[in-house]
Amino acid sequence: MSNSRIYVDNSATTPMKKEVLTSMLPYFSEIYGNPSSVYAEGREARKAVELSREKVAKAIGAQPNEIFFTGSGTEADNWAIRMVARANKAKGNHIITTAVEHHAVLHTCQELEKDGFEVTYLPVDEFGMVSAEAVENAIKDTTVLITIMTANNEIGTIMPIKEIGAIAKQHGVIFHTDAVQAIGMIDIDVNDMNIDLLSLTGHKFHGPKGSGALYVRKGTKIGSFITGGAQERNKRAGTENVASIVGLGTAIELATSNISEKTAKLSKMRDYLINEILEKIPYTRLNGHRTQRLAGNTNISFEFIEGESLLLMLDMKGISASSGSACTSGSLDPSHVLLAIGLKHEIAHGSLRISLSEDNTMEEMDYIVNSLIEIVGKLRAMSPLYEKVSKGNA
Amino acid sequence: MYSEKVMDHFSNPRNVGEIETANAIGEVGNPKCGDIMKIYMQIDDETKTITDVKFKTFGCGAAVATSSMATEMVKGKTIDEALKITNLAVAEALDGLPPVKMHCSNLAQEAIHSAIADYYKRKGIEPDFIQKCDGCCSSCHNHDHEHEIEE
Repeated sequence: MSNSRIYVDNSATTPMKKEVLTSMLPYFSEIYGNPSSVYAEGREARKAVELSREKVAKAIGAQPNEIFFTGSGTEADNWAIRMVARANKAKGNHIITTAVEHHAVLHTCQELEKDGFEVTYLPVDEFGMVSAEAVENAIKDTTVLITIMTANNEIGTIMPIKEIGAIAKQHGVIFHTDAVQAIGMIDIDVNDMNIDLLSLTGHKFHGPKGSGALYVRKGTKIGSFITGGAQERNKRAGTENVASIVGLGTAIELATSNISEKTAKLSKMRDYLINEILEKIPYTRLNGHRTQRLAGNTNISFEFIEGESLLLMLDMKGISASSGSACTSGSLDPSHVLLAIGLKHEIAHGSLRISLSEDNTMEEMDYIVNSLIEIVGKLRAMSPLYEKVSKGNA
Repeated sequence: MYSEKVMDHFSNPRNVGEIETANAIGEVGNPKCGDIMKIYMQIDDETKTITDVKFKTFGCGAAVATSSMATEMVKGKTIDEALKITNLAVAEALDGLPPVKMHCSNLAQEAIHSAIADYYKRKGIEPDFIQKCDGCCSSCHNHDHEHEIEE
């Protein structure tokens, strides 16, 4: 096992599946036409784009003409929030979101605040869950948009999206959800869940990077974010990235075809990993919800050590994971999500996210646990914080 | 992102541990900021030479590597020589640090100063060289940056 690497950062990105790559390849060379062109080459490319659109629509229970391709999940979030806010300005200037959203949502909301919008950042409980009741209580006459993620990218907590969707509908407020982490992990039906806009990206489910889509319910007031052409039904200008769109279609079809089987396998590995770590390594805590969490997500804090050191040592053992420490985020503060669930800074600095895919195995979980026991021991032996505790106990 | 030297000092840190009989101990940093360095020194009263040095650090790869390098650099030096070691010298000895990690080298320099100050305090002498950084080192870094923008 030491010869091959163990990739457990699937919430960051996933390796592309062979079938996805194979489906994309012709669109880099043989089928090079511009989908907007009227002649044969263009028509062939157009056909591929529209087929992919059907696949994406089907995966979330939408109609093909409600799917708009973008260059990333971040772009889809930016578009949804900025342009719904702008299109509905006459109705009001209030937006409801949560404190644990991805920065694509948070930073966009902060930008809108500068433009005179009022944003409510709802707190979450110790498990990272927002209450549907709190969402309802936050709605005002001026509320034009509720934007709440389907599942959290750091701690994997799955939000009560269906309840929030019902509340939004009842109050006539547009509801957007960032489902980037949730596609292929949770069954999503935009009608059943009353979702008006949904962001997704292909590279989180074994599709290509730079592929994304925004679902916009028919009749939702939203302007175009990128102007300069009639592509995507006048809503998103720019020549379509045909190969990437094809890859997204193949990947989403594969990802949503076996959700229950896949999540059963992932949650078995996840629960084993969580239990082993919590049992075998003292001064650890699980971040996020025990059951309402993404099947592949593990997020654990190791007291008295710092996350980047942990990642570097895991890397030396051939394990790729991520952390919510400030040192890995490039900012002064540790993860806003970990702080929002009430973790102290020093505990948040020592967090580790292990996110699994179907490619992982139970043997790998054992290797990860054993590596962690060794690494955490080594780093704690070096830590002046642990010194205080170990001496205090003696 | 890290040089080979940084990775070497991170994976095989020199002088990790404590000195039971240390006559100079310095601790700098803040757990809230994500890095703390504690340094133990044995200083010869006659020659004012640092005869032994150990450290313990809670922090990122750069914090551990700079701690390790700093202890290597002060070992065998006199107090005056040790006080002249700058954060830049520590970073250079490691073949450089990524820009966002430069503040980690402050930690090592501060720890050396703090330990030597402790040595003097134990002797009833109030040190005049101690430099302190309020809050997180990285926030100092940030303040500098803001200052630059203001100018």
